[in-house]
Amino acid sequence: MSLTRKDVEGIAHLARLEITEAELSVYTDSLSKILSFVEQLAAAETADIEPMAHPLEGESQRLRPDVVTERDQHEKFQLNAAAVTGALYLVPKVIE
Amino acid sequence: MTLHTRSVAELAAGLARKEYSAVELAQHFLSRIERSNDALNAFVTVTPDRALADARAADEARAAGRAGPLTGVPLAHKDIFCTDGVRTACGSKMLDNFVAPYDATVVERLHAAGTVMLGKTNMDEFAMGSSNETSWYGPVKNPWDLRKVPGGSSGGSAAVVAARLAPVATGTDTGGSIRQPAALVGISGIKPTYGRVSRYGMIAFASSLDQAGIMAPSAEDCALFLAAMAGFDPRDSTSVDRPVPDYVAELDAPLAGVRIGVLKEFFAHGLEGETGALVQAAIDQYRALGARIVEVSCPNLPLSVPTYYVVAPAECSSNLSRFDGVRFGHRCKDPRDLMDLYKRSRGEGFGAEVKRRIMTGTYVLSAGYYDAYYLKAQKCRSLISADFKAAFEQVDLLIGPTSPSPAFNIGAKVDDPITMYLNDIYTIGANLAGLPAMSIPCGFDGALPVGLQLIGPHFGESRLLAAAHAYQRHTDFHRRVPAAYA
Repeated sequence: MSLTRKDVEGIAHLARLEITEAELSVYTDSLSKILSFVEQLAAAETADIEPMAHPLEGESQRLRPDVVTERDQHEKFQLNAAAVTGALYLVPKVIE
Repeated sequence: MTLHTRSVAELAAGLARKEYSAVELAQHFLSRIERSNDALNAFVTVTPDRALADARAADEARAAGRAGPLTGVPLAHKDIFCTDGVRTACGSKMLDNFVAPYDATVVERLHAAGTVMLGKTNMDEFAMGSSNETSWYGPVKNPWDLRKVPGGSSGGSAAVVAARLAPVATGTDTGGSIRQPAALVGISGIKPTYGRVSRYGMIAFASSLDQAGIMAPSAEDCALFLAAMAGFDPRDSTSVDRPVPDYVAELDAPLAGVRIGVLKEFFAHGLEGETGALVQAAIDQYRALGARIVEVSCPNLPLSVPTYYVVAPAECSSNLSRFDGVRFGHRCKDPRDLMDLYKRSRGEGFGAEVKRRIMTGTYVLSAGYYDAYYLKAQKCRSLISADFKAAFEQVDLLIGPTSPSPAFNIGAKVDDPITMYLNDIYTIGANLAGLPAMSIPCGFDGALPVGLQLIGPHFGESRLLAAAHAYQRHTDFHRRVPAAYA
């Protein structure tokens, strides 16, 4: 699998990553190599094989009742934010 | 006998005899960290005030007759575990300024057991790496040879235990991140069964593979700590609700008659000669100790590295989408708009390998490619898991090398991701199948340690630890300390 620079630009956009021109060259090369490497999976016979979503047989994600279990600690949590006002997190204006 | 070369069990016995206090023990290790950490770069945060406060509390608990088996034992936490009020950076510029607002369950349980936190250890960024070279804080050095890597991603935890800057350290293992560094620095490390130890408060990389574990000189030390870490946690939806066996009591289970399978695929091309010879000698020793050695095959195991490098990046691209520069983590300067804020915060905050994996994952999950890559890998994962299941119908444990070679030079593999990924060729299978596995030292190739890997069936930690302990009762590789740190 050989990706073009344009492909990698598209992937970076989907992943919301700004990458430099220099990085673009490096990733075009290394992502192409990684995809070629994983393509050996195509040769594995997997007809009638169920995809594995959980490593433990018979286990699945547990559900819990939809009730509030956390107490309000927003002031503590907001200490890690770059910009806040009151109980809100600030971002650049979204709606003109 | 020097304090820091004692095992956890011996240190705990000394505390119980009041040979030294928990405060004295903490001070001993803090002064060792002070002296050696600059050269090793193994701790990213040292917490002396917290250590001394924990130690005083441990001494008070002992005076009041409330001491448990780990009360007063110092430890280091991998910087992937959230520690309330202490920076938790996960090896990343993205979280360089992040002070965790709560404790991970592992941290909480070990604190409740009376352990003393010395600090947080360096690691590959978001646990993505096999050499500790992807850390924003720079590479950790291998205490056996400062030119060599300590392995990764739990490279800091491995180095602090090998240099005896801490008697024990927590780790996490998504594709070998406990076992490979344990092997490369000559200590013991266990990755428990998926779901055995809570992942709550452990920063997520690939949630269907991630598991917390412990790294220490001996299997007995690992058993003591795993006993305190394991068990059901309602806050982790993948935590398994089943009783935790008494790992310490079961350490002395006899090896006689235990069927150990030598995995044929682990001795194929890629394994270095001396590493293979030392692993073979350990297998011979197991036979001499009464184990029944048989050859087994997991024919789909060669698919494990490519399977992993689809599944893990896919999960990572999803998990790391939470780092958006809004509520915590790095935010770029003067964003033009919301898209610019997302893209530049993430572009600046993540390192090269993390970005590579996010993009790999984004691609394999994207429309038109999902079936060919992700779904195919999930099916291959089923094949690998079924192979292990069939193997465990014939044997009780599997045995082989942990890593294809001893520690390599810093810088040797950084420019070639595929070569770096192949370091994990023997460890990834256990993660894909959710199996418990451990690495223990089995000899030296020149001055560098070599690791032996044991893999067990789901929830087979007791037998795994007992088999490792039996070997360590007849060998002293796990007691060796690099001369500069003895």
